Amino acid sequence: MASLRKTRVALLAGGLAVAFMPGLARAADTIKIGVDEPLTGAVAASGNYVTNGAKIATDEINAKGGVLGKKLELVIEDNKSNPTEAASAAEKLIVRDKVPVLMGAWSSTYTLAVMPKLMEYKVPMVVETSSSDKITTSGNPYIFRTAPTNGMEAKAFSKEVGKFHIKKADFLVVNNDWGLGAAQAFSAMLKSHGVQTGIEQTMDANAQDLSAQLAKIKDSGADTLFVTTEVEQITLILKQAKSLGLKQRIITTGGSSSPDQLIQQDGDAANGTYHILFFAPWFPQKAENPKVAEDFVAAWKKRGYEFAGLTEGFRGHDGIETIAAAIKLAGKAEPEAIRKALWEVHVKGINGNISFVKEGPKGKESGQVVPQIYIVEIKGGKVTLPTL
Amino acid sequence: MVAGKQEQSRGSGFLDQLLQHVVNAVMLGSTYALLGIGLTMIFGIMGVVNFTHGELYAFGAYMMFLFAMVLKLNFFVALVFAVVLGVGLGALIELVLLRPLRGADIDTTMLVMIGAWIIMQNTEQLVWTGVAKSISTPFPEEPLVLGPVSISWLRIFVFVAAGLLIVGAQLLIHRTKLGKAMRATFQDRDTAALMGVSIGRIYTATFALGSGLAAAAGALLGPVFVAVPTMGDLAALKAFAIVILGGLGNFAGAALGGFILAFIEEMGASYISSGYRDAMGFLLIIVVLMIRPTGLFARAERIG
Repeated sequence: MASLRKTRVALLAGGLAVAFMPGLARAADTIKIGVDEPLTGAVAASGNYVTNGAKIATDEINAKGGVLGKKLELVIEDNKSNPTEAASAAEKLIVRDKVPVLMGAWSSTYTLAVMPKLMEYKVPMVVETSSSDKITTSGNPYIFRTAPTNGMEAKAFSKEVGKFHIKKADFLVVNNDWGLGAAQAFSAMLKSHGVQTGIEQTMDANAQDLSAQLAKIKDSGADTLFVTTEVEQITLILKQAKSLGLKQRIITTGGSSSPDQLIQQDGDAANGTYHILFFAPWFPQKAENPKVAEDFVAAWKKRGYEFAGLTEGFRGHDGIETIAAAIKLAGKAEPEAIRKALWEVHVKGINGNISFVKEGPKGKESGQVVPQIYIVEIKGGKVTLPTL
Repeated sequence: MVAGKQEQSRGSGFLDQLLQHVVNAVMLGSTYALLGIGLTMIFGIMGVVNFTHGELYAFGAYMMFLFAMVLKLNFFVALVFAVVLGVGLGALIELVLLRPLRGADIDTTMLVMIGAWIIMQNTEQLVWTGVAKSISTPFPEEPLVLGPVSISWLRIFVFVAAGLLIVGAQLLIHRTKLGKAMRATFQDRDTAALMGVSIGRIYTATFALGSGLAAAAGALLGPVFVAVPTMGDLAALKAFAIVILGGLGNFAGAALGGFILAFIEEMGASYISSGYRDAMGFLLIIVVLMIRPTGLFARAERIG
């Protein structure tokens, strides 16, 4: 009947209004920071760890009174491990939530997808994880990266090449800007040290079955295999490599290997593998700022987060600390002021001291930090410093 | 001579690799066959474009995680539970979503199935979070090495279990009264009803069985790879590729189709391009639809 229908419509309309209410009444006394990370999808583990680190930093800063007298508010968007989503999440954060600064987007592919939006809306973003060299060399002055590039990683590793006695190396990398860039940087570095490069195999970021690639690598005659991808795919690789009887020594690059998670999920298959990391929570005293590192490890543990996530979580923490420092220096929460201020920051981060140097084409430089790099080994089910 | 020796070792290397690829493909093919048979029964016989098939696959994997890892039951017991629950979930979906829609056109059913797919996947995400779940097995980690080929014990078990399930399904359809009733219903529904077959129950049973096979594939492959909420998407698409390849409603076609897809994937990934492994299935769909749209085995016996 008509009246029943009207009642239903009214209830529905009322319900929807209530659902959207929180969006309307937004207090103006917080400073918003947009976070564009993969909370679901192929690299969800890492995205969640980074976001947890960001939350810890935000709470710590707010506990000390916030920035410029206001509390920091993280506006977190899930980019679903997808570059298209990353770009639309960034747009939503900038246009609807009006954030003056962003952190994201984890994978080089997602970050590269977001970059045009930053140019369009003139909002700066701190890049906490992506390592493709392209990000800081494309002439985007809104990019400030606290993570190392593939080139820097390869350079830092070149000091250790002799210790590893590598004669021939294969590559198994994720089929995107990060993986391909890593293979390129590392093989160039190895060649300059007289090491032969074997075969290079790629895998889709979502691929679970790597048996075809590993079977080829098994027969290559190389003694080392460099793997560049995120922890969830590394888990699968180690498992499958073991079941194929792969002989090569595996070294992972990129710093997203969360070794404890590998130990937990792969057991014996993880033993004898090496990992390049940008934070070693088992030896915080080795960090450039040991107290900062130790405090972070303690705060992480206190919240009951997975220990394995520390090697990734610090990125979110350092990213937010950097942003907060820039906002303070800028004196106001506005994109252009923050962008200028980012060039002046000096933060004692967990990885090391953070300050940006210019990189890229003149006049449109991006900011890049030169970070610390650590190498660890998994031996007997535990993470140790390499015994070479 | 040195040069000659190198040539020879490269040559035998090729064969060894090929053998390893063949072994890998056979193992994977058995689980793909399970997926394909399950979907061909539902899609081919019931005419339902079952978009929840992939979610039953994911459900099977997550149930394995629940029983084997969280509740710490015996691995094989967990496997049985996972499959049984898959059958149950399939029956539930049929009763709640499809039965009220019987007689509606194919588009309506398809939309409802898509809705169910989205709900199921997001529920999985909510319950288990997006982080991948690893399922451990009681099998030894060291692989079985037969000459140049290494096979993990787990994959051998998967192959055997999948094979048994395929044979079991075949027997059920061709040797039991239920199977006969199924075949009768799908040959001619009204006549079957006149012969005393309970149509409603047959539809439910068919959907449940197909779903159970998908859940079994997921439960078997979950420990081989990892369980993620989106794992069903790719599985569903491959299942559709297999069904198209083998012909709608064609049991044997679906089984063979599963192996063919696995081979094409494995060989394509190894010798053409490793980065595009999962695309091979879609390439297959395109080629088959262009050349022989009724499937490769159109002449073979149909269930319905």
